[in-house]
Amino acid sequence: MSDPVSVRRLGRGAAPYLLSLPSWAYLAAFFIIPLVSMLSMSLAKGNPLVGYAFAWNFAEFGKAVTQYNTQLIRSFWYGALSTFITLVITYPVAYWIAFYGGKHKGTFLFLILLPFFVSFVIRTLAWQFILSDQGLLLGTLKALHLLPKTTYVLSTPAAVVGGLVYNSVAYYILPLYVALEKVDRRVVRAAGDLYASPSATFWKVILPLSAPGIFAGFLLVFVTNVGDFVNAAVLGGPGTRMIGNIIQYNFFDAQNYPMAAALSSILMFLLILAIYLYARVFGAEQIQEYAA
Amino acid sequence: MPARPATSQPAPQGGAAPRPGSAPAAGNSQRMDVRLENVTKSYGPVTAVDDLSLVIESGEFFSLLGSSGCGKTTTLSMVGGFQEPTSGHIYLGGTDVSRLPPYKRDVNTVFQSYALFPHLTVAENVAFGLKRKKVPKSEIESRVAEMMRLVDLKGFENRKPALLSGGQQQRVALARALVNRPKLLLLDEPLGALDLKLRKQMQIELKRIQVEVGITFLYVTHDQEEAIVMSDRLAVMSKGKIEQVGPPSEVYDRPATEFVAGFLGASNMMWGEVSGQAGDYVAVKLDGGAVLQVPAAAAEGHGTRLRLGVRPEKISVLPVSEPAREGWNTLEGTVTLSVYTGIGHQYTIRDAAGHEFAAYVQNSEAARGPDRGEAVRIAWRPEHTFVVAPEQG
Ligand SMILES: Nc1ncnc2c1ncn2[C@@H]1O[C@H](COP(=O)(O)OP(=O)(O)O)[C@@H](O)[C@H]1O
Ligand SMILES: [Mg+2]
Repeated sequence: MSDPVSVRRLGRGAAPYLLSLPSWAYLAAFFIIPLVSMLSMSLAKGNPLVGYAFAWNFAEFGKAVTQYNTQLIRSFWYGALSTFITLVITYPVAYWIAFYGGKHKGTFLFLILLPFFVSFVIRTLAWQFILSDQGLLLGTLKALHLLPKTTYVLSTPAAVVGGLVYNSVAYYILPLYVALEKVDRRVVRAAGDLYASPSATFWKVILPLSAPGIFAGFLLVFVTNVGDFVNAAVLGGPGTRMIGNIIQYNFFDAQNYPMAAALSSILMFLLILAIYLYARVFGAEQIQEYAA
Repeated sequence: MPARPATSQPAPQGGAAPRPGSAPAAGNSQRMDVRLENVTKSYGPVTAVDDLSLVIESGEFFSLLGSSGCGKTTTLSMVGGFQEPTSGHIYLGGTDVSRLPPYKRDVNTVFQSYALFPHLTVAENVAFGLKRKKVPKSEIESRVAEMMRLVDLKGFENRKPALLSGGQQQRVALARALVNRPKLLLLDEPLGALDLKLRKQMQIELKRIQVEVGITFLYVTHDQEEAIVMSDRLAVMSKGKIEQVGPPSEVYDRPATEFVAGFLGASNMMWGEVSGQAGDYVAVKLDGGAVLQVPAAAAEGHGTRLRLGVRPEKISVLPVSEPAREGWNTLEGTVTLSVYTGIGHQYTIRDAAGHEFAAYVQNSEAARGPDRGEAVRIAWRPEHTFVVAPEQG
């Protein structure tokens, strides 16, 4: 039976699906298709001159791991370290703005985000200028004989991790601020009423309640930093190359697309694993619960 | 109430001696638990609490009753330590705590919003205060279990607060505070968020728990019925000041001020002039011309021009055909409004002078009440007449 009423009902039931079609189309075009093509390219065979063809060739994965395991491990190490340092630096700032910012919360946030309106590459190049051997900082200190002439910062791990931290500040401070802003002040007051000293209130109530912000910031910053290549390229040296630099080299310079794709696939897999482990350790279900 | 032997009192500490003239009159035979002395709290130009003095005795269920904005929460916050008084002192068990932070006071609070920890289970919420006080683990477990029984939440230990109903959350908030066995429990409109039926149920429940644990409760509410039902004593507050303190029946039957007469229940108010005295009663000639008998004790200290009142339910509405009742205060008038309320009738009666009276009459009599427009006599016993300090301005 297809009387008008039931047709209308069907139309209404299907409406949400129809309305979500553009999103599905977007996902398919910009996420699923590139993902599949990346995975298939990682299994391709050939060379830059004749081109590459799909061949179930798993050899690139083996080569990627044996040739570039140093850079892979280093990327995760730099990524984790820079994420942690960023968290430690931004948390107190976000906390202060959320709890003591008063009427000027927006202004403080804006001031902190202001440098990030400048292009990412320019900002990183500015650090190169500041940190170079005879640059603004070291040059001045050396001229004043406060540092030996041989001191250098550029191309050390510290310079790369420092650059990663600097570039991550905005991405960590925003989710932290939002989470801390959402912490119910009445609950904080209740902790004080229940004999929690200010430090116990922080560790037992405020910190756990801001966990969603810590997790959101971790996702944004860790994933970006592990795959980053600009900081290592601009501030680092041969000893600080990250997997992003290797992928970039294989893709643009060597034009070894299967290797670049295999490395990208490995990176993606390891990142998903890392996020899964984080969620397991800190309880994803809880994280979602407060976020709700 | 039998006086406790004075020797059982702890020796007063140096700073706790009441300063002459500032301590409000209190039953000195009772151990004083909470004392507010000339406490004032100002927020810039706003005086939220104005020179308030109050004594709450140990084990009492004491209510602060007043309309929104009269300073109840501010008073409670100062006792709890969330606000510092602008001036004045607060003593708990004889110790001046006016400047102590909340976590150093032997006081716990049940917040209106409950303010449960959303990331902790019910049992963890209840154990929170004990853990901060470093109570041994086994004792925490037994005390939490005891509380779960007391508030009837056994079996909910491992739930998160978000999965509880409003009434259950309310009871977790209560358990979380009571488990610490504070000297004093502060409750800020704890039933405000519950629906009427649950609220009535929780009123009885709270009272039962208070009697069982014997802890002093300082209870804030704007609901006069709640305060009357639950309190051993209550204070009616208005504009940051206390209008009257006493047991509910006393405050209800003998309101001290016109504000109290109007806030706690309804009152018929009249102006009159003392015209003579006979025994325990003074004769008062109302502005309308009629003469009433008023207990001399009630009129004492109010001068010769009196603000009188009588509660609507104390008034009998009688047919004019009946003989006037001997010795009762009697006025004649006409019924201008008759409203059926289920348990009775609510009448508005206008007397000869044009003054309107409200009267509540229960439907216990077989005869049906007067109709609108009917001439009636209203009468009440002289001792039901009270005298108040008139409203300023
Ligand atoms: N933090 C504050 N800042 C300014 N004014 C306040 C503050 N807290 C309360 N007040 C004012 O003090 C008065 C009493 O408030 P409150 O104690 O909350 O009343 P209640 O609990 O009886 O409703 C009100 O006029 C209120 O506006
Ligand atoms: Mg209030």
